[in-house]
Amino acid sequence: MSDKEFNYYISGETGKWEVVIGLEVHAQVSSNAKLFSSSSTKFGSEPNSQVSLIDAAMPGMLPVINKFCVEQAVRTGLGLKAKINLLSVFDRKNYFYADLPQGYQISQFKHPIVGEGEVILDMPYGTKKIGIERLHLEQDAGKSLHDQDPTKTFIDLNRSGVALMEIVSKPDLRSPEEVAEYIKKLRSIMRYLGTCDGNMEEGSLRADVNVSVRKIGSKEFGTRCEIKNVNSIKFMQQAIQYEAKRQVELLEDGKKIDQETRLFDTKNNETRQMRSKEDAHDYRYFPDPDLPPLKFEQTFVDQIKKKLPELPDDKKERLIKDYKLSNYEAGVLISDKDTSDYFEDVAKNSDVKLAINWVIGDLFAALNKIGKSIKESPISSKNLSKLIQLIKNNTISGRIAKEVFELMINDNRDPKVIVEEKGLVQESNVDELEKIIEKVLKDNSEKVAEYKSGKDKLFGFFVGSVIKESKGKANPALVNDILKKKLS
Amino acid sequence: MSINKDTIKKISKLARISVTNEETDRLEKDLNSILKFVEQLKKLNTDKITPIASVSDQLLTMSEDEVKKINEKKEILQNAPDKNTNYYIVPKVIE
Repeated sequence: MSDKEFNYYISGETGKWEVVIGLEVHAQVSSNAKLFSSSSTKFGSEPNSQVSLIDAAMPGMLPVINKFCVEQAVRTGLGLKAKINLLSVFDRKNYFYADLPQGYQISQFKHPIVGEGEVILDMPYGTKKIGIERLHLEQDAGKSLHDQDPTKTFIDLNRSGVALMEIVSKPDLRSPEEVAEYIKKLRSIMRYLGTCDGNMEEGSLRADVNVSVRKIGSKEFGTRCEIKNVNSIKFMQQAIQYEAKRQVELLEDGKKIDQETRLFDTKNNETRQMRSKEDAHDYRYFPDPDLPPLKFEQTFVDQIKKKLPELPDDKKERLIKDYKLSNYEAGVLISDKDTSDYFEDVAKNSDVKLAINWVIGDLFAALNKIGKSIKESPISSKNLSKLIQLIKNNTISGRIAKEVFELMINDNRDPKVIVEEKGLVQESNVDELEKIIEKVLKDNSEKVAEYKSGKDKLFGFFVGSVIKESKGKANPALVNDILKKKLS
Repeated sequence: MSINKDTIKKISKLARISVTNEETDRLEKDLNSILKFVEQLKKLNTDKITPIASVSDQLLTMSEDEVKKINEKKEILQNAPDKNTNYYIVPKVIE
């Protein structure tokens, strides 16, 4: 199976089926206060301690919009290369639920703040453009706890009124892998922009997943089901796999798909019906009379545009150009802004080729092992670049460098100090090396004879023995040169 | 466009307002007369007029991103029919 070609299809009895996926991502704006009130958005606080009279929907309260949230929606829109709408309108989306005190959610229906944009995915089979339909601002609901009492539900309104950006994609995604890449890319764009922290464990990023299937070659979309509120990439992928298979089986049995809302049961790894079409919500959207239209000038957008940081796609292009990195290497680095910042710090002060290998090789492996992010890396970029300088100017060999690296992981000490303290400086003195080599050849006279009679493979054995004899300190390149002369 | 008793039942259900049969009769009459008025308005030519969401000229004013409200839990929960020290309590919600 080639991984260079797109190949995600569901094989049924009647042929192959294509899976069509669209996502509605809910991204929490990284604001201090809520969208329409001055309550805190801090995660993990005491229940109901961050609820104002507005958030609790007391009569007579008027919402006032948080300017920062508006700016973040515009920033995100610009990051998605999307159309910014200078005029947008807030609507009431009406439904009854215990954790929605207003009886409606303030959202944007007909006139969202951001229109069409795009996200570029880097797949093994090439780049793929995923269309963005819209981005709008809306309020989050409170939290219901169903497991505290057998007959009661407990409600915490701390999250009620927190600003969300709902980012709706076009139905352009075709596999669980593309969904994973899309979420990662979207999250990375928002993290670069600082508009959403993308923390899925805390619920700052979650998605409703729309899935339908159709026969390969068919131009019509099938009937879709919406899987609500999935909060990890892994669960999204599992839910899609299950749901696509379920729909194919139904269709091949000659049955119809009912358009419905489903939930993903993470324990049993299956999707289940939540609401059928008959019970489907009738939201009765209408413009919120408490909120006049949101209007700003193009200069407001231009000001925000001026302050945009370098975004992942641009950064990737620059890394490839400036550091001659491969598409893959640059892709790994830009997925996280901290990683690319770290790499650039190291590369600028040492050597690009060595820097990329150490960062995405040894450092990644080490961080993985101790479960830390690059931001929490025990080795500072400054000390890693010092280590690379030591390799580069032949003070230590690559092998010794790995030993030093292991020590640095523990205490982030200056590698120069470690090398001096442990006497690890590479032996590059030709006279000293010749002495060691003479000894090794003398100790292995039989092997020398074998080598001379044509057993070329033994050369590696001699190099290894010399390095070992020098306790790892011998300069491998010099050892090679001298050995070649001695054995010819 | 007109409204019938079924539509009134549906709307009242969505709004969680119980309506008696007697009230339904009256509402049907009232709502249809309102709709008739709207039909009349629809005859106006509005081709060159941009739809508006609000009749006032006012635009949305914005506030700074500052946390001002500090823990009003006691005051907030005071109005709840059922509560404990931390939470609102409602009958079990099953989805």
